[in-house]
Amino acid sequence: MSECFNIFMVGVGGQGIGLLAQVLAKAALNAGWAIHACDTHGLAQRGGMVSSHLRLGQAYSPLVPDGQADLVLALERTEAARAAVTMLKDGGSLAWYDAAWQALDVRMGQAKPVEASELKTSLNARKAIGYKVYRADLADPRMQNMVLLSAVLNADLIPRLSLDHVKTALSELLPAKALEANLALLQ
Amino acid sequence: MNDLGEMLMRPQAYSELAMGNVALVRAMVESGVRVVTSYPGSPTPEIAEAIRSIDAEKRPFYFEFSLNEKVATEVAFGAAINGRLSVVFFKSVGLNVAADSFVQLPLMDITGGMVVVLGDDPGANSSQNEQDNRHYAQLSYCPLFEPASAQEAYDMFKKAAAVARERRMCVILRLTTHVCHAKELLSFAALPDRGKPDDTPLFNPDSGNYIPIAASVFPMKKRALERLAALEADLPALGFDRFVDHGNKERGVIVAGLPFASLMDTLSGCEKKPDVLKLGSVYPFDRNLVASFLASHREVKVLEELDPILEGQCKALAFERHINVTILSRYSLDEAMGECTPSKAAAVLRSAWPDMLKAEPVRAHLEPLAPRPAQMCPGCGHRSAFYAIKKALGPEDITVADIGCHTLGHLPPYRMGRVLLSMGHSSSTAAGLSLFNETRRVLCFIGDSTFFHAGLPGIANAVYNRHRVLLVVMENGTTAMTGHQDHPGTGRNFNGPSEKLSVNAALTGLGVTNIREVDTYKQSELSAMVREALDEPGFKVIIARHPCMLKFSREASRKPAYVRARVKIDQSVCTKAHECVERFACPSFQRTTDGTVTVNPDLCIGDGSCRQTCPSQAIVPSKPSN
Repeated sequence: MSECFNIFMVGVGGQGIGLLAQVLAKAALNAGWAIHACDTHGLAQRGGMVSSHLRLGQAYSPLVPDGQADLVLALERTEAARAAVTMLKDGGSLAWYDAAWQALDVRMGQAKPVEASELKTSLNARKAIGYKVYRADLADPRMQNMVLLSAVLNADLIPRLSLDHVKTALSELLPAKALEANLALLQ
Repeated sequence: MNDLGEMLMRPQAYSELAMGNVALVRAMVESGVRVVTSYPGSPTPEIAEAIRSIDAEKRPFYFEFSLNEKVATEVAFGAAINGRLSVVFFKSVGLNVAADSFVQLPLMDITGGMVVVLGDDPGANSSQNEQDNRHYAQLSYCPLFEPASAQEAYDMFKKAAAVARERRMCVILRLTTHVCHAKELLSFAALPDRGKPDDTPLFNPDSGNYIPIAASVFPMKKRALERLAALEADLPALGFDRFVDHGNKERGVIVAGLPFASLMDTLSGCEKKPDVLKLGSVYPFDRNLVASFLASHREVKVLEELDPILEGQCKALAFERHINVTILSRYSLDEAMGECTPSKAAAVLRSAWPDMLKAEPVRAHLEPLAPRPAQMCPGCGHRSAFYAIKKALGPEDITVADIGCHTLGHLPPYRMGRVLLSMGHSSSTAAGLSLFNETRRVLCFIGDSTFFHAGLPGIANAVYNRHRVLLVVMENGTTAMTGHQDHPGTGRNFNGPSEKLSVNAALTGLGVTNIREVDTYKQSELSAMVREALDEPGFKVIIARHPCMLKFSREASRKPAYVRARVKIDQSVCTKAHECVERFACPSFQRTTDGTVTVNPDLCIGDGSCRQTCPSQAIVPSKPSN
């Protein structure tokens, strides 16, 4: 398979994965990477699983091959667990925002919610490092993506990517007021 | 913040990160397109969003969302035979709707040229099938070009538009989901200086016969076939195709579209790469080029998404020209199914040539998780409707779905709308289900956008032929599923305020006399209406109305005085009956392992449609926050 750094982003429709994906793609460009990227659009955005692919370096397809994600970023715990099974590379990293949007079978009482311990087991099987991210005092749930992004930058999970690259990207994407609120979470 | 509209109209050459759908709009601007039409459908609606980003007065072409894909095709055709370079775009199955008119286009002298941009959907990411629309090209004698990336979508659109204009014909640019949505740093050329467009109406009935009746069809068909032959002869100069030379005389791969990207990724770690012939012009394809590729390799695999169209043509060509080559056949039915992702391409190559790729690393097996299907949003009026209608139906009654967000009603716990064909099918399928059927009552659904798109003939038929069916029009005031586009019932078109066509008046005009209207949040009223109407004779309609709450709450949240409302569970009153979480099933309700129900504040919008479902009135408004 190709020699590039593969990022797979996942969440539930409505969580704001689109902005996270856009920011990272632009920031990666700012950091000098060649990029290929692709988002989910359409019906899945209605509360289904949504994903976004971002490939840094030499690649042709915008899609990360199964089991080849060097880094998984998840905005929801069950989706983090799913991506650990399907997309995460052995020895990769997975950072997830620890929100839980229960799937229908859990709400119907037909399945158990995914616990952090199960995710841990999957991470061990993949010899991967996990980063659990959560912030209890967050006013707007649409900014969970920025909290996750902040953790990614602090742990230096994406080669060459710095806070400045992300700030520049955000300023190209957001109007002034939203920019201020989002930047505040990255400091 | 960057301004997309300014960028798309920038006179200078530049590079920008953008997706294929956006790249197409820049290509339209550069090509001098004058008329663009569409009906929204994934994977293409972002083309219209990019068009919308250009200020109306600066937009160099007319755009409309037409009533459906057939109408859109006809509007673009009419403009094109008047000399305007025209584009129509829609999703894969949209071509079925457009087909009756579309198949005539290659017979015509298309004075200004016309490009049909198709968003095919291998993998059925957001469609009711994954049909391979390359068949339509063959069926209608319409050339078809296929890009493999966002940059190629841009480059190839410009070539396709030039072919269409210079040869006064219609051509197809076929994109697939992950070409439409692929993002990369794109290089755009400077805008050519075209001066003021000459919009003289050029329609000339004598410039080509436009009436294909009886014997006059044959010269028109002959011209279509001659144009294809002429185009094929010119393909080497047009530069749609590409040869990737890996110096391999043994093995070669023929490929087109996105599978090319998947193939190249797959080959990057491979020591002895096969040669690759990438076709950009899929129909007609350059037979001389393909024949020489076949003749210079011992074995050739056609890596092809969906149907083996190129494979069949390659085999026929090898046979015709007595070429000594083995064209490897498909290894299983799986090759005809789903997207040709990098993982799939690797599997196909491994089956063709087991020694070519390195072995896949062995990974620990982990149990897959249950899928998370899409669902109706918190506050969705459809949820209230399904919950209420289910109460009014017997277990044997039959419900028919149509296309829209409300299709999701077929999922548990509602199980409403259990058969689906296509846009607007519901009244007629329901009519058939009602024949020789005295015991199982038939109810069908349709959304308001689909009502205008393809629903009207089925309704008129049900009235005319006196079918005993209850139709529920799920009116949410928008085309929700594809991103909230306007439709004839919203009072706006793409370009501004417009006539607001009333669903009720349309029904009345079609001769429906039994019409009821209700807001879907009035659940007991809706249940009672359904009970009553189901046993009445003939064709009946309930207009079950509630605005799309996703659109409503998004718009509300942009207003300065916005305060987000929520509900909560009063745990001192809750009896754990689980009506809210199991049967009403708004995703905001979450349950803990001991059966306690809570409200997820990230999801709840405080609409309160759930409160009437609780037998112990335990759902109460929560303190508002912002």
